[in-house]
Amino acid sequence: MIPAKFDYVKPSSVEEAVRALAEGGEDAKIIAGGQSLLPVLRLRLAAPSLLVDLGGIADLKGIRDDGDGIVVGAMTPYFEIISDNLVQEHVALLAQATQTVADNQVRHRGTLGGALAHADPAGDLGAPALALDAQMTIAGASGSRTVSAAEFFVDYFTTAIGEGEILTEIRFPKYTGWGSHYEKFNRTAQAWSMCAVAAAVRVEGGSIAEARVGLTNMGTTPIRATGVEQALVGQPATAEAVRAAAEHATEGTAAPSDADAASDYREHLAKVLTGRAVLAAAG
Amino acid sequence: MTAVAEPEVGKARVRKEDARLITGRSRYTDAITPPGTLHLHVVRSSSAHANITGIDTTEARKAPGVFGVYTAADLGVEGVGLPCAWPITPDMKSPQRPLLATSTVHFAGEGVAVVVARSAAEARDAADLVEVDYDDLPPVLDMEAALAEGATLVHPDLGTNENATWVFDSGAAGTGGSVDEAIAAAEADPDSVVVRRRLRQQRLIPAFMEPRSCVVDPTGEQITIYAATQVPHILRTMTAATMGLPEAKIRVIAPDVGGGFGGKIAVLPEEMLCLAVAQKLGKPVKWTETRSESLLAAHHGRDQIQDLVMSAKKDGTITGFDVHLFADMGAYNGLVGPGVPILGAFMYNAIYKIPALKFTCTNVYTTKTLTDAYRGAGRPEATFAIERMMDELAVELDRDPMELREQNWIKHEEFPFTTVVGLTYDSGNYEQATQQAMSTFDYAGLRREQEERRANGDPVQLGIGISTFTEMCGIAPSRLLGSLAYGAGGWEAASIRMLATGKVEVVTGTSPHGQGHETAFSQIVADQLGVPFEDVEILHGDTQVSPKGLDTYGSRSLVVGGIAIFNAAQKVIGKAKKLAAHLLEASEDDLEFANGRFGVKGTDKGLAIQEVVWAAFTAHNYPEDMEPSLDADAVFDPENFSFPHGTHLACVEVDTETGRVHLRKYVCVDDVGNVINPLLVEGQVHGGLAQGIAQALFEEANYDEQGTLVNGTFVDYTLPSAADLPSFDTAVVSTPATSNPLGVKGVGEAGTIASTPAIVNAVLDAVRQFGVKDIEMPTTSQRVWRAIQEAKGHATQETPVDTHSPGAGLGSIDPNNPQGEVQ
Amino acid sequence: MAQVRVTVDGVNYADDVEPRTLLVYYLRERLGKTGTLVGCDTSNCGACTVHLNGRSVKSCSVLAVQADGGEVTTIEGVARDGNLHPVQEAFNEFHALQCGYCTPGMIMQAIDFLGDNPDPTEEEVREGIEGNLCRCTGYQNIVRAVQGAAQKMKPGVPAETPAPAGVGQ
Repeated sequence: MIPAKFDYVKPSSVEEAVRALAEGGEDAKIIAGGQSLLPVLRLRLAAPSLLVDLGGIADLKGIRDDGDGIVVGAMTPYFEIISDNLVQEHVALLAQATQTVADNQVRHRGTLGGALAHADPAGDLGAPALALDAQMTIAGASGSRTVSAAEFFVDYFTTAIGEGEILTEIRFPKYTGWGSHYEKFNRTAQAWSMCAVAAAVRVEGGSIAEARVGLTNMGTTPIRATGVEQALVGQPATAEAVRAAAEHATEGTAAPSDADAASDYREHLAKVLTGRAVLAAAG
Repeated sequence: MTAVAEPEVGKARVRKEDARLITGRSRYTDAITPPGTLHLHVVRSSSAHANITGIDTTEARKAPGVFGVYTAADLGVEGVGLPCAWPITPDMKSPQRPLLATSTVHFAGEGVAVVVARSAAEARDAADLVEVDYDDLPPVLDMEAALAEGATLVHPDLGTNENATWVFDSGAAGTGGSVDEAIAAAEADPDSVVVRRRLRQQRLIPAFMEPRSCVVDPTGEQITIYAATQVPHILRTMTAATMGLPEAKIRVIAPDVGGGFGGKIAVLPEEMLCLAVAQKLGKPVKWTETRSESLLAAHHGRDQIQDLVMSAKKDGTITGFDVHLFADMGAYNGLVGPGVPILGAFMYNAIYKIPALKFTCTNVYTTKTLTDAYRGAGRPEATFAIERMMDELAVELDRDPMELREQNWIKHEEFPFTTVVGLTYDSGNYEQATQQAMSTFDYAGLRREQEERRANGDPVQLGIGISTFTEMCGIAPSRLLGSLAYGAGGWEAASIRMLATGKVEVVTGTSPHGQGHETAFSQIVADQLGVPFEDVEILHGDTQVSPKGLDTYGSRSLVVGGIAIFNAAQKVIGKAKKLAAHLLEASEDDLEFANGRFGVKGTDKGLAIQEVVWAAFTAHNYPEDMEPSLDADAVFDPENFSFPHGTHLACVEVDTETGRVHLRKYVCVDDVGNVINPLLVEGQVHGGLAQGIAQALFEEANYDEQGTLVNGTFVDYTLPSAADLPSFDTAVVSTPATSNPLGVKGVGEAGTIASTPAIVNAVLDAVRQFGVKDIEMPTTSQRVWRAIQEAKGHATQETPVDTHSPGAGLGSIDPNNPQGEVQ
Repeated sequence: MAQVRVTVDGVNYADDVEPRTLLVYYLRERLGKTGTLVGCDTSNCGACTVHLNGRSVKSCSVLAVQADGGEVTTIEGVARDGNLHPVQEAFNEFHALQCGYCTPGMIMQAIDFLGDNPDPTEEEVREGIEGNLCRCTGYQNIVRAVQGAAQKMKPGVPAETPAPAGVGQ
């Protein structure tokens, strides 16, 4: 319950933070909202030498409209995302998925950037970010770069963020007028997703014109269910058609096996939940 | 004449004890830090079974703030063994349970050394520097394998992994027929059936919300032990016996205690270690466990295999019930661990007129955390077995499960009824509770909906589960405990002190940790003495204040402790009456006592009890043959157990596509005898239900092949939150107990004992149509889905029980195997 | 050591702490705010819930240094001017506690939740307190108490129960 000792700095700009990380060396670690990091420190599963707290960098907080996208600062806490009008109007799937993360108290502290950088495959925000083609801005000593969500998630707890770099903002294209739903399946309300499906669809005249589907905890990273997306396009938004398309949900997955769900059960869930998510999204 | 006061008993009084707890003015043990307190951290074994080949404390001892790092040898406690108070058979095998493992560790989590430092953080830091070398031995994990020839022995010096085998046979005891004969007869009879089932009681963890903690303060004439315990009196006596101290030199205080559920009936190695270190260093020493430590090292519960054979006539009449258990003790005997399954022995016949019953229990040692009491202790296991078997028999005979139960249960006009195990049930009315429950539940309506959903092939199927349970509470008649070789009596003590100002101090030997004793006992005393509820103060939980008692467990506090208080109150009235008669210059026979006033019959002369108390205090005028005191002590030893019962009905929806079980409706009607405070009864039932339902749906402690506890944090040991449970529809009916003057039966365990089989019966009722015969607890979505697939002939995969599932703050990070995951 | 300046239950503090000090330990051990409790080490139980800058947080999941410059309210600071908070009253009236260990966290979370949702349904309450574990009550009376408190807190309903001695002064 008592973390090992570490040093702590709270820079007030991204440049300062990048410098602190560089000076801190390989055992320096960023703390964003801390809701994933602090449990790990309390159990002494990690022992960083230095924590660089991004909580003092005002630039990293907030949500803005940049014309054809919604930009969420990496340090924007979940509860602000959930209730934000821009998010609700243009990226509703993000709000819906964020609402299912952990509990109220955690949502007051946890941040979108922290969750994405942590890249827990059972985390709920990777799948919507991936499905919605989010763009991540990463700052480092040599300036900023942008990577797509597809490139961002590299492996189990591993992202494209390099050593000494900081995720600063996440930009979502607008999905104004799309239907969306995040279907989460867990053992108890507190547990993380056994499997979850993020779905957004644009329905035109009763048919699915466009679809975006992402899967949570079906591999070492969030997974884009492109097979399902392709199968959905042009189909009527009926239970039968959607369920048939959902049969593609396990394509490209590598479902883990654990005590709550062996991989065959997870694969089965992925199909069932994909059907439910898409139908709910299609309204 | 004064108006008749409204009786306190039966009133839904809000609790006295809340005022502190809702404002944070609490005092749980960890909040107690006398000046100079040192902090103790236990270095625990990561291995389930291993020889210790070396412990190097050199670096740890040099760490900042460290006062000492000690092994058992360093403290001179290698010879000290923790007590087991219940040797269930004369030849029971008992290994010594050390304070710290010396040569061999027997379960993962066993202590091997302690670090003592100025702060908890420094103790924790230094613990990382203690190097322990282990030479691993094979773990012993499976009970049946452990009993087989050539098995690795947990304690080689015992020559076996069998702790004891305890048998009750109604034929041999003369309390009923022979089960062997009944089953043989049924097998030979075409008009009879024999139902054989193997059921499993998974391992559970009590998971009280306050982690265990103790502070031992040696700076005084008595050594004071503050402990998060249910049993301060037992802890005091056992500490004296264990550590060789005069009992009178030990004071135990149980301050606010954050739940127990049986999990805090124990004498802990950590308590004895704090004592040893406190004596050695002459400073107060504190130990507070983390939640992970608690899940790993605090005793677990249940963990039984139940082999059950029931014989019955095809008309539904049960003719015999043979029960064979294997019960996992873990690595050592807990304080009452070996006796826990035995507490269930007399409940397998439950409310039914079963003519022959045999109970055989073999207790087995494994290299797991030891097991001991957990809410219900033995009786939930018995209730689960019989109530699941009643459903199995109903399926076998194609009968409605409630109708079959009714056919076999004891009718209300048959009380008192002596059962096949020789217990006499004093009162009850199973018909009444059942009728009320069935009507509230809308049993017929739900059966109709179930039929419709089946007919339509609805992906969501309905299941209805029944549990018509009884339990034995009020532990216990001392002579009976003696006949079971239990190491203590079952009496309880109380004292009432009438203070000069008319206020009343009531001392009880029970020790609450959430039950609301202050409120309920105040209500009883207010009625008996005719004083205001607010004028009664209940004192407990400190052996200097309450020197005599046997503490709180087994739904005994009201049924035994409450009666002791009642009896003490009668003694106070007796003394006060004598003094009042003297003061009023009347004969005692001419006095009547009502509403707190001694009145001379037929006159308006009288004295309020407070006036009599003042007269006793001033002692200016009192009878020659009387001491100037109205105070009284009482010790009550019950003559019988009490037998609460109830009818519990559950309706679940099973999503057959995912296997998810949704508890839609839960109705119960409990007969707990007379109700002192309906609010408290309701609260006990709600909480009990949640725990019993959690066994059916959510909780399980598993070990991997190396013997490591997989569910070592709240991430994996999944307690239900508010969002995982529905509201329950609870009600009470009352047939007063005849075995005590208050007519009370006890309520602490009812919900837990009753609810588990109701839920599992409901889940099975929903999916039997697919050919599913059983689903082990907890009936998780995966298990339900898998059972349906297998019943339909679809092959499915093995589930790895040893792999962490993502949860809480840790997500996918496996605390048992964190390497390479945290970037 | 790092410096933390923080207002807790209306009192200003400035202390040097180790950066690793969790807010809950700072509250309990440095400030003596032992009304806030620790029930787990994995952020599940919520017993340590307090308000930080007006929002409920698990104080085991915040470093004391992260609270620098902030305002903390604990269970010991919610009764005002000698009156219990309506949620505290309701916990008593509805018998929403037994052992009391989850209670401070439950009350702090319930207060926060009702701030966002002043008239919740049963299901909303259950979700609103899903980050707080209780082992005694089965949650039913806690849910009732939160809904009951919502009624008390409606505009025009004054809170009148005087707090017990020593509270909110």
